[in-house]
Amino acid sequence: MTAHPASKATPSGPRLSRRGFLAGTGAAAGLFTFGFSFPLATPVAAQGAAPEVNAWVVIQPDETVIIRIARIEMGQGSLTGLAQLVAEELDCDWDKVRFELVNPAENARRGNVWNTQSTGGSRAIRGSQDYVRRGGAAARAVLLEAAAKGWGVPTGECTVAKGVITHTPTKRTTTYGAVAGTAGAITPPADVRLKDPAAWTIAGQPVKRLDTKDKLDGSLVYGIDYRMPGMLVAVPKACPVHGGTLKSFDAAAVAGMPGVKHVLKVDDETVAVVADTFWRAKTALDALPITWDEGPNAKVSSETIAAMVREGLTAETPFVGNAIGDAKGTLAGARRVIEADYGFPYQNHAPMEVLAATVRWTPERCEVWGPTQVPEAALAAVSAAAGLPASACDIQVMRIGGSFGRRLQTDYLTMATRIARQVPGTPVKMMWTREEDMLQGRFHPITQCRLRASLDAKGEVEALHMRISGQSIAIYAIPGLMTAKGDPLVFQGLTPGGEMALGYTIPNLLIDHAMRNPHIRPGAWRGVNLNQNAIYLECFIDELAETAGQDPLAFRRTLMRNHPKHLAVLEAAAKGIGWETPPAKGRARGIAQVMGFGSYVAAAAEVSVADGQLKIHRIVAATDPGHVVNPQQVDAQVSGSFVYGLSAMLYGECTVKDGRIEQENFDTYNVMRLDEMPAVEVITLPSGGFWGGVGEPTIAVAAPAVLNAVFAATGKRVRQLPLKNVDLNVS
Amino acid sequence: MTKLTINGASVEVQVEDDTPLLWVIREHVGLTGTKYGCGIAQCGACTIHLDGVATRSCALPVSAVGPDQAIVTIEGLGVPKPHPVQEAWAELDVAQCGFCQVGMIMAASALLAQNPNPSDDDIRAEITNICRCGTYGRVLAGVKHAAERMRG
Repeated sequence: MTAHPASKATPSGPRLSRRGFLAGTGAAAGLFTFGFSFPLATPVAAQGAAPEVNAWVVIQPDETVIIRIARIEMGQGSLTGLAQLVAEELDCDWDKVRFELVNPAENARRGNVWNTQSTGGSRAIRGSQDYVRRGGAAARAVLLEAAAKGWGVPTGECTVAKGVITHTPTKRTTTYGAVAGTAGAITPPADVRLKDPAAWTIAGQPVKRLDTKDKLDGSLVYGIDYRMPGMLVAVPKACPVHGGTLKSFDAAAVAGMPGVKHVLKVDDETVAVVADTFWRAKTALDALPITWDEGPNAKVSSETIAAMVREGLTAETPFVGNAIGDAKGTLAGARRVIEADYGFPYQNHAPMEVLAATVRWTPERCEVWGPTQVPEAALAAVSAAAGLPASACDIQVMRIGGSFGRRLQTDYLTMATRIARQVPGTPVKMMWTREEDMLQGRFHPITQCRLRASLDAKGEVEALHMRISGQSIAIYAIPGLMTAKGDPLVFQGLTPGGEMALGYTIPNLLIDHAMRNPHIRPGAWRGVNLNQNAIYLECFIDELAETAGQDPLAFRRTLMRNHPKHLAVLEAAAKGIGWETPPAKGRARGIAQVMGFGSYVAAAAEVSVADGQLKIHRIVAATDPGHVVNPQQVDAQVSGSFVYGLSAMLYGECTVKDGRIEQENFDTYNVMRLDEMPAVEVITLPSGGFWGGVGEPTIAVAAPAVLNAVFAATGKRVRQLPLKNVDLNVS
Repeated sequence: MTKLTINGASVEVQVEDDTPLLWVIREHVGLTGTKYGCGIAQCGACTIHLDGVATRSCALPVSAVGPDQAIVTIEGLGVPKPHPVQEAWAELDVAQCGFCQVGMIMAASALLAQNPNPSDDDIRAEITNICRCGTYGRVLAGVKHAAERMRG
């Protein structure tokens, strides 16, 4: 034993546990020693634990305001936004605000007092804003009443600012911290009035994130970092052909390797090596002789999948997402039909943090420390895999190192629980390799689209038939959403109304879908089906503008005359890029718009193409999410969404050979880096009256705006992504 | 026993020679701030300083590191007071999920040690770490902000 290196490990974030108001998952500060001694994992009760004012708010005697966050934070910043909304109605001092995470078992025990914790569909803020604001307002009301009772005065004579309560007639003051102890027992008013957003002083402001500090010094404990005394590490490998099974493995061949404790069958398709460290488990797993039964999909390839999906472009289908007039009849009689086929490949979420979770199973109880986007579903999955009632299970949720939809599915938690169940009493951290993460993803579905349209004598679109063919996410991952005719999610951005409404009026319109499901397992990937639908339609609208001999913006204005909110963001993006003035020599521009997840978004891109090399110089993105809770976080989400969307456009492609995904790591699944990052200028135009999402919508306009600019620069229409496969040299 | 010098302290660990430095740091020394992202030196989440040079520790066998070579991890960077890069990152709220940021900070601090006044192009060329949240714009601004702080 020698001296300790500098170590500042602290808990991964405060959290609420069943035992009260506790701080920390456990990696206690400064306790690291060498060898295999691990920091304590048992939560330690916070000093001076304070009673809660209500489910959302705890105020300590030292005036620290702890706001409970039920939705999951995975980088999107909603943790801070939700705290702002509570703090706004609470009228507390923002500088005193801290956060605490809610665990799903606690939520269940308290009758779902925190509502749903599921975090997806850009719903964290818009789906919770009403009840979290009411929570803040109710806490304010009982705190004021507690102060008034203490003074023996009417509550109506008391006011509060930044957590300091004043009895106006006598100018006496007290604080939230001083009265919080008695406020919790007061019954809150049946109804509270929420502030007009125009009067907000905390919400709506670009305040700093609450969850930054421990991300900068290495002390935030993510799922892969979790450690417990006596913990083992399991590394799994599933049949690389989805749907195949595990036939046999030769555990004896690796039993003597360093650190190896167990080689386990996890389920019908998965084996895992359990060792004292990840590296030793992975090394043994790589050496483990495994025989797979690859099953009926062993010969499937990208080519066979493409043919299967292509067949759906012309097949009969009953599943219609939007229909007006008689598109097929009009096209049959049209003098000229403009037609194009587009395609979008499989994508992997590839979050920086691979899947991991730590589980301790005993015959009485199952405890999990791990990240998930769906805490309630995760608890149900753990309960099922543990063979224990949900009331005997607990999940300590964690902030996540990126997720983008991958952890909307609970397969890895089931797997981790099944492993730990075979090693009773021993905490086991299951951790995937990047390769496993790439092969066993839940992929952005593959689709193709055939668009056919005709123009009338004035050059306006008189008919459009948009046929989408391809994979359903819902039938695999969310079967409850399926209708008798199909998966309604496939029409995102194309529906007649609602939160994903089409922004064009076309007199004869048919948008339909033929479901074709290859064996590759799909999942919701940031932006979901809005991504390819916006590419298909926005690029094709550009093709129609070109055929009509019109400017792409002017052409859209005509189609969008009945859709002022869609048009407003498009105009803002176009103005931002300087659409009305020609670009510098060698530069070209493109635009795109869509509505998704309740928000109206548009983008304008300026690019150049020299010697076949694309350079994206500028992006102007405009978004109308109704209300903006934190402009700085909206800016971060919108800017970041372009990296995600443009990475897919430039490089993203998971191909299939011999039934398995071919790309196993970032060397073959490339993503955008800093050197390619364009300047992204973010315009927010919150028009009020509705609440839209922010994390996803703008991804969908990234690729079509750039692809339309690529056409303007080169005359080449890119209809099959990714762009890396396309020669942009102008011959 | 393998001897290493981590964050100024001498460390002895019992590991196989081919164990990548990353896993020695994370699993044997117990410093989990340095992240695993890819295992093939592509993403930079595992970046540490080796004798002051930004080094991807996931593909570097521990046997290739000498006992006196100075290994600095994120836990040893901002000691006793935060590094200007960490301060700049806090000021500009660079992090989103934060997972890649420790590697970003290690890469940025090593860059600034070599080049106190990097141009945008220098930063774009030198910081090749992957961030899936897409913080690149703020990373660029953060490096420049830190450079200004360091120049005083």
